[in-house]
Amino acid sequence: MIIISDAPFDPGTLLNQFQTNHPEAGAAVTFTGMVRSLPDRPITALILECYPDLAQNEIAAIRTTAIARFDLIDAAILHRYGRLVPDEPIMQVMTLAPHRQAAFDGAQYLMDYLKTDAPFWKQEEAAAGTEWVEAKASDDTARDRWR
Amino acid sequence: MKILYFAWLRERLNRASDDVTPPADVVTLEDLVTWLRANDESLDLAMANPKQFKISKNARIVPWNTPIDGAEEVAILPPMTGG
Repeated sequence: MIIISDAPFDPGTLLNQFQTNHPEAGAAVTFTGMVRSLPDRPITALILECYPDLAQNEIAAIRTTAIARFDLIDAAILHRYGRLVPDEPIMQVMTLAPHRQAAFDGAQYLMDYLKTDAPFWKQEEAAAGTEWVEAKASDDTARDRWR
Repeated sequence: MKILYFAWLRERLNRASDDVTPPADVVTLEDLVTWLRANDESLDLAMANPKQFKISKNARIVPWNTPIDGAEEVAILPPMTGG
């Protein structure tokens, strides 16, 4: 399952849909990314720009690679775009595997690649105006450890 | 051929896309961007650090030395910040 959407989603409902009807799965891992606003640097919203056609293709490729590499039973990725407010979920990655290590590794691999290779761009909206979020070198490092 | 710009690059250029017809000596996507920059000072300045960008051809990220043959939609992609 891959969903790229500007609509809100319920993380629990999504997980329940994903993990039903897989009696062979012994482990399910879910990561949910949230919009955060820090007390010393509050934001009013996070605005995500997306190139949907490219996102669909790149995420499909990353998912296929992750399933093969970690022998996952299934993997699902949902990523939102548009204007999101603090506390809202931005994205969710879910993996199903026979055992926990593969499910954890698969989820981490998907997250590390999504951070740097999926065409989304975040802009923080605060009282003073909006500002593009800068890419972090540490995200490239996290991705590169899988190479 | 359509060229798409995203995020801060789109803002810097004040437009989301261009329609272009590159000359015959533009063979690869790298040549294409070199040609686009030579004809657009704002793009040239915005891409002063070209290595930080990725490029896509027909909605797939590809290496810079990919031929432009068959390209209908090319996007210049600033560093991504999803997840």
